[in-house]
Amino acid sequence: MSEYLKPVPIYLADRQVQKKFFTPGVIVLCIIVLNGLLFLAARFLFGIGSVTNLNNQFPWGIWIGIDVAAGVALAAGGFTSAALGHIMHREHFHSIVRPALLTAMLGYTFVAIGVFVDIGRWYYIWHPLVMWNGNSALFEVGICVMMYVTVLYIEFLPVVTERFIGKVNLKGYLSFFNKPLEKLLRILDKGLNKTIFIFIILGVVLSTLHQSSLGTLMVIAGSKMHPLWQTPVLPLLFLLSAISVGFPMVIFESITASKSLGLKKEMEVLSPLGYTVAPLLGIYLAFKIGDMFIRETFVYLTELNTASIMFTIEVVVGIIIPLRMFLSKKVLKTPSLLFTASALVIFGVLLNRINNFVVAYTPPYSFGSYFPSIGEISVTVGFVALLVLLYRIIVLNFPVISQPDKKFAIKTKYTIKG
Amino acid sequence: MEKQNRRSFFKSAGLLTATIAGASTKSVKASPENILSEDRMGVLVDATTCIGCRNCEWACKKAHNLPAGELNSYEDKSVFKEMRRPDSSALTVVNQYENEKRINFPINVKVQCMHCDHPACVSACIVGAFSKKENGSVVWDTDKCIGCRYCMVACPFQVPSFEYDKALDPEIRKCDFCFERTKEGLLPACVEICPVEALVYGPRSELIKIAREKIKKYPDRYIEHIYGENEVGGTSWLYLAGQDLAKTKALPALETKTAPGVSESIQHGIFAYFVPPASLYALLAGIMWLNKKKKESSEGE
Repeated sequence: MSEYLKPVPIYLADRQVQKKFFTPGVIVLCIIVLNGLLFLAARFLFGIGSVTNLNNQFPWGIWIGIDVAAGVALAAGGFTSAALGHIMHREHFHSIVRPALLTAMLGYTFVAIGVFVDIGRWYYIWHPLVMWNGNSALFEVGICVMMYVTVLYIEFLPVVTERFIGKVNLKGYLSFFNKPLEKLLRILDKGLNKTIFIFIILGVVLSTLHQSSLGTLMVIAGSKMHPLWQTPVLPLLFLLSAISVGFPMVIFESITASKSLGLKKEMEVLSPLGYTVAPLLGIYLAFKIGDMFIRETFVYLTELNTASIMFTIEVVVGIIIPLRMFLSKKVLKTPSLLFTASALVIFGVLLNRINNFVVAYTPPYSFGSYFPSIGEISVTVGFVALLVLLYRIIVLNFPVISQPDKKFAIKTKYTIKG
Repeated sequence: MEKQNRRSFFKSAGLLTATIAGASTKSVKASPENILSEDRMGVLVDATTCIGCRNCEWACKKAHNLPAGELNSYEDKSVFKEMRRPDSSALTVVNQYENEKRINFPINVKVQCMHCDHPACVSACIVGAFSKKENGSVVWDTDKCIGCRYCMVACPFQVPSFEYDKALDPEIRKCDFCFERTKEGLLPACVEICPVEALVYGPRSELIKIAREKIKKYPDRYIEHIYGENEVGGTSWLYLAGQDLAKTKALPALETKTAPGVSESIQHGIFAYFVPPASLYALLAGIMWLNKKKKESSEGE
């Protein structure tokens, strides 16, 4: 299978795609990005208060809840597929590793940008590197994310060297650099070939650490957080939900990318991948429900309010329904159903992070409730659109998505060791 | 080729463990100053004495170089119609609540940072910009703060405020227990100006004794509870009142366990001298190696 599927830049595989980069969809995405950038400019010129609905009662909004917390969770495909493909050494799944890695790399880059935008003193974003507080869950998340972003970029380097080795061809004055660049790429390639496994394992360890610590973040808020979500096992729930959303995210993206770029859907890889989702989701559900019964928080579900409704949607639509779907063989074999089931898991985890960071947060003294402003929504949606655009540009130009096309299969020296 | 790989694998794995182990001894110390001194100071607030003159609000602004206006403008009682919270322009405010015992004599409750014995902000701050000083003050350091507002999420009393309208150098503002004044032997500004001695400054242990005596002496006047003695593990500011201030919602209803307790035990559990992460690394490396070996042997057959 792995000889047959090879990661290739889609441009090289399909000349048809090249002509139509600015499809209507791409143009819409560009407009959404520009709109977000306008509000972003206002945030940097006039302060956070000018663009957001945040105040002293509600210090964190969707920029933390979605851009950072959900962003980290939905980028979990990177470490779950690295664990499956490289550590468990399931060669059959090698073709999903690169797309998942690219998602994780872009996802975490935008998490970092999200933090940069949300903190009041963005120019001090480097402070945690030198000013430490070992007691702070946020410090741990910050350091782990910084390290993991670096690891992800290193893990992606082989894709870059593979793309350019033997193809460095700068024109004019720059042609002088062709030889040294080629040499540098080859040295990098050789060095990475031998050491990449260190980074792959490190990536999985760092992910486990900060995915869980992201849950620890809200523990300190204590009674300010609604009891349906506030629990000492939050870190475990965050880790389990991140692990269970990893593969659905990979499936969702693979099907979306295939459809958008007119490629063949990789069902022979995605179906067995979907097979692993149900047990993972089941474990998450068991802990979530178990925690609810141990702390006897189900009493809050009898009240009809935002919290109880959101919690019910999160568990029923985001966990139970997709769990049932993933247990069905028919769903696993039908692209549209598999896509729907994956989308529901993603929705569930996204909603869980919003619930934990925004909905559950009820300060003792508040004058009204928080709802994100147009500016906050514009920036968040703009970031997502920009991420999709970058993903598109990169898969078109770099060997990320595997194609069964022998004609354009690039001769690769490189295989990931480990 | 393969042999070299395996050797380099162990070499780098060993190196990594050594580096992590080396770093761990350093990071244990890497937390901000957090002193719980026996002689820490405090303030005892007597809500039955406070007349709601709001002079403390004016004195506080003066002491912290905030626009304060004229002192006589604080006689305006209409502000009591709505509950107010401390913010970046006023580090302390007085609110008025209904008196359960004597309807026509409302009670006044001053709110500000409580200067917890186990402060959530000191534990939470990503860069350790908050510290608890020898005299009990919890103070904020502008040179460290990155403006993430996690302290505001963490604070059980909902006290720290942020300058949302500033694009550059927005500050986290809260009562600093007049740290600069007390250093020079002066009283906190609010305590100094209070005309009815509703605020008493002194060693916290002494204040608790005084409060107990007061409750004993005037059982009709006070309920038998010193707010702040045990709430979230104790606070420097203590409140005496004729009714339950948590029920009145003048102050939040809180348990006696410390605010950062659970979070810190989870954090220290996951990171116990970096043993759990390093073990996980070793475990994953082992699995990876075994799987690789299995594949090689099956290929060799």
